[in-house]
Amino acid sequence: MSKPLISVRGLTKKFGDFTAVAGIDFDVAKGESFGLLGPNGAGKSTTMRILAATSTRTSGTVEILDKDPEQFGPLVRAHLGVVPQQDNLDGELTVSENLYIYGRYFGLSKKFIKGKIEELLEFAQLEEKRDVKVEALSGGMKRRLTIARGLVSEPDILLLDEPTTGLDPQARHILWDRLFRLKEQGVTLVLTTHFMDEAEQLCDRLVVMDNGAIMAEGSPSGLIKQYSSKEVLEVRFGSDRNKEVAPQLATMCERMETLPDRVLMYTEDGEALLEQIMQAKLHPTTSLVRRSSLEDVFLRLTGRTLIE
Amino acid sequence: MKTAVQIAESRKSSAMYAGRPWVLLERGWIAFRSTNWVPVVTGFVEPVLFLLAFGYGMGNLVGDVTTGSKTIDYTLFIAPGLLANSAMNGAIYDSTWNVFWKLNESKLYKTMLSTPLGPLDIALGEITWALIRGLVYSLGFLTVVTALGLTPSFWAILAIPAASLVAFGFASFGMAITSFFKTYQQMGFINIVLLPMTLFSGSLYPISVYPDWLEKLIMALPLWHGIEMVRAFWFGDLNSGVLIHIATGLFVTSRRLRALFLR
Repeated sequence: MSKPLISVRGLTKKFGDFTAVAGIDFDVAKGESFGLLGPNGAGKSTTMRILAATSTRTSGTVEILDKDPEQFGPLVRAHLGVVPQQDNLDGELTVSENLYIYGRYFGLSKKFIKGKIEELLEFAQLEEKRDVKVEALSGGMKRRLTIARGLVSEPDILLLDEPTTGLDPQARHILWDRLFRLKEQGVTLVLTTHFMDEAEQLCDRLVVMDNGAIMAEGSPSGLIKQYSSKEVLEVRFGSDRNKEVAPQLATMCERMETLPDRVLMYTEDGEALLEQIMQAKLHPTTSLVRRSSLEDVFLRLTGRTLIE
Repeated sequence: MKTAVQIAESRKSSAMYAGRPWVLLERGWIAFRSTNWVPVVTGFVEPVLFLLAFGYGMGNLVGDVTTGSKTIDYTLFIAPGLLANSAMNGAIYDSTWNVFWKLNESKLYKTMLSTPLGPLDIALGEITWALIRGLVYSLGFLTVVTALGLTPSFWAILAIPAASLVAFGFASFGMAITSFFKTYQQMGFINIVLLPMTLFSGSLYPISVYPDWLEKLIMALPLWHGIEMVRAFWFGDLNSGVLIHIATGLFVTSRRLRALFLR
């Protein structure tokens, strides 16, 4: 196996007494799509800022293409495309001007950028909007432009912090499609998310983070196989009765989680389990059989849900 | 065609400086082309209005002014002082309010620092942009003053580089101070300092009218040096003093940008 593009060992970041990142290790290989999955405050964004060479670390080592981002900030940043959590497009400029000037920040020639703009406007599906001020764009368009902007310098690695947070479902799907194309073109993606569907769609491999630490690492399907059952039965009995019936339900399955609004029962065969519950005359008000997801993995590892 | 990485590798790597401050000017120009001209025009008109109101209004009551060994017409006396003021206004407008907005609201500098640009690129670029604005203001003012027949000789043109120096000094200083402010209320302090400095720093009358201690205090303020310098060029004498502000401002600004965004 070739040397990883990104190599992180014992990375720790403290803000005063608060430990945001508590000694994490991971590698990202070339062409891989790597995810940091965890709830808000898990330390994902802090990790991203350190990778992006815009934040210093308290201890540990970080190497991006064999360079320490703290020592070689400008050089490391020349390899990266950065898509921050909040769009920070230049509000005084138009769509194409935003792409142009960002390329200039990298020192790229005018001629090169002019050609690149056409390619990127097409990629971001913003050809019609080229001369529009960015303030007038929708949330999804702004996000696509921010991603396109990050690609002006033809980066080796694209860092995406919560790429679809705050977007409506349709805009998210368009964005996923664009990111998937990049992945197919061989761009190395590193992204943070607290959406398990996003992690499942986009990541080849991911780490689950909580309270600044890595809880598990693997492919989405591998993690599900390792930490959860094949299927999940979700049943609701109304908020008061959920607790009441829980002991009885617990005897029927391998593992169970009682949430405030529903009970999750882990099993290999959801329909059969539901049948069993009906025969016991427990009569849930609603029931749903679904396959296990990363949400269940997170719940298993931390005892909490991803989005609270 | 050089790639971004080759460009970054081709120079000695420094955390502070990528050697590309001019891209800030390019960005400033693109943004300026499309924004409206009203704030620019008002910044230029203000000293002209002062000149008309005080020069022709008050000037008729005051008559001549004695400064040092010279006795000159009042309007002629205030013109160079107002030129220095004009340069200061232009530079301050860009280096304080505009910088504050880019620092705290639009987060433009943060975006720039996620590219290979360093804090010194930004400080140099923005201060130069503010300097250009100050230069444009003072050129405009000089044009008006010349049209009114108030320039004593062709050498008054030398007051322009002197005014640029004032602009550069205030731009550096303004940007350094702004980097410490977090709220719009704090930004109000800038006006609290600027207005009295404008009124009392000897642009409208010689500071020899003050008691000795007050004269010393005014002489400690940067604008007085600027006004004296511009006036000296205007009438053909020489003196310096603004260079120190430039050096301090550049140093503090780039250090502060690093502290704010590259922590």
